[in-house]
Amino acid sequence: MSQKQIGDVILDVNNISLRFGGVNALTDISFNVKEHEIRAIIGPNGAGKSSMLNCINGVYTPQDGSITFRGKTFSHMNSRQVAEMGVARTFQNLALFKGMSVIDNIMTGRNLKIKSNMFLQALRIGPAEKEETRHREYVEHIIDFLEIQAFRKTPVGQLPYGLQKRVDLGRALAMEPQVLLLDEPMAGMNVEEKQDMCRFVLDVNDEFGSTIVLIEHDMGVVMDISDRVVVLDYGKKIGDGTPEEVRSNEDVISAYLGTSH
Amino acid sequence: MAFFLETLLGGLMAGMLYSLVALGFVLIFKASGVFNFAQGAMVLFAALAMARFAEWIPHWTGIDNPMLANVVAFVLAGVVMFLVAWLIERLVLRHLVNQEGTTLLMATLGITYFLEGLGQTIFGSDIYKIDIGMPKEPIFMLESLFPGGVLVNKEDVIAAAIAATLVTLLSVFFQKTSTGRALRAVADDHQAAQSIGIPLNRIWVIVWCVAGVVALVAGMIWGSKLGVQFSLATVALRALPVVILGGLTSVPGAIIGGLIIGVGEKLSEVYLGPFVGGGIEIWFAYVLALVFLLFRPQGLFGEKIIDRV
Repeated sequence: MSQKQIGDVILDVNNISLRFGGVNALTDISFNVKEHEIRAIIGPNGAGKSSMLNCINGVYTPQDGSITFRGKTFSHMNSRQVAEMGVARTFQNLALFKGMSVIDNIMTGRNLKIKSNMFLQALRIGPAEKEETRHREYVEHIIDFLEIQAFRKTPVGQLPYGLQKRVDLGRALAMEPQVLLLDEPMAGMNVEEKQDMCRFVLDVNDEFGSTIVLIEHDMGVVMDISDRVVVLDYGKKIGDGTPEEVRSNEDVISAYLGTSH
Repeated sequence: MAFFLETLLGGLMAGMLYSLVALGFVLIFKASGVFNFAQGAMVLFAALAMARFAEWIPHWTGIDNPMLANVVAFVLAGVVMFLVAWLIERLVLRHLVNQEGTTLLMATLGITYFLEGLGQTIFGSDIYKIDIGMPKEPIFMLESLFPGGVLVNKEDVIAAAIAATLVTLLSVFFQKTSTGRALRAVADDHQAAQSIGIPLNRIWVIVWCVAGVVALVAGMIWGSKLGVQFSLATVALRALPVVILGGLTSVPGAIIGGLIIGVGEKLSEVYLGPFVGGGIEIWFAYVLALVFLLFRPQGLFGEKIIDRV
């Protein structure tokens, strides 16, 4: 692991409960995320991992509990507010703008940051021109970083799956997020693609300084790259700690091996 | 030869009007992924509003300059279309975020009938005329080339110029501005668009407003040619093949598709009509659209999206 400075708590999840009708998707979940760390959420299928991410992202509103982000506490908020505060995410099932080119997809991530008047933009004059150029440079930087230069003009719908995942990450990065939520970034990838993605995640954490919360199924990956791990099962938290601590936790072992239910 | 040119021009002008209606479809589809069946009803609604306001305003305010009254009526009708857009978002679309395309299509079908009814309740169901002072007299061109020259309607030329301006503005808006990019993003994926902070609700109001204004311009031009009446709503059905031909996601496609169909209709009617007994004009566009669906379902300029299984 690289030598990095893990800071104070940036995101604090307090006693979140989420129900869909009679189904308890999440029950009384609390954990925190510190600045610059890579925090993994793991658990068997249906454990509530994605629901947890959707709560942080403002897609779902939990019935109980609150989320504190950089000292401000919220009990419910919408996706727009979350995005404005500097939280970006990627999706488990790709949710890219398929008809648009790679570069346009990533540019959409800059949308919140583009401030100039629509009419100036249309005419490409004055400050709008400069602004567009500046954003474009940042996007090019991301494209270089993710090694997808060759595909910048390709409609993303035509790219192979592994590359689409990278574009998804690129779009999130374009928002210059403080916290990056990754929903199974390595799902459905082959070994080589997984290695690439691991490298990108670590580099993002390093170079861009983003705090990362990730959901992942591949235990090898999780144990390798994360600083701390939360384990969910049936919507409850059953473990929390460093990879080593979690690995030796009895509840976690039984949840994964399915011994004593 | 002069007759051929006249037919061709007549077709182009008719095509331009189809394009304007098709443009409304394309805008909403491009920006929200909704196939808006209500576009025709919006054309009718806007035209009714414009025609009636132009009639009422001199009574209300004592403005007796017809041109000024028309301008005020246009602006008022624009405001009405904005209200319609806002209400549609507020009452219908907002509740259908992340739903299937079919659900949204059915919703717009409902809006169609509602708007048709509401428009006639508020503005009346007679035939009204819009007189925006378009010159009706024909002009003759190329008289040195052909005996008698080629007859062109001044009115059509102006209509074409208005349509061309509108199209240029919209293309620039979609391609060059961040709002345009946001609109395209929303069309592709609601959830992803929300996650990067694009406010769906505002985007929808914007795009329905723009479509409303396009409907207003289309309604105004059709209305000044043919009078404002209920049949205007069925104009939408004539624009369907245009959209299929040009591609549902392409602004230039709507224009070129409209022109091809306008010209095709007129030429086939004139030159093939005598052999098959006429009436080609009515079904020509649909057959052409069917052929396109077989060989090029995304249309001439549509985005080809490859779905993985």
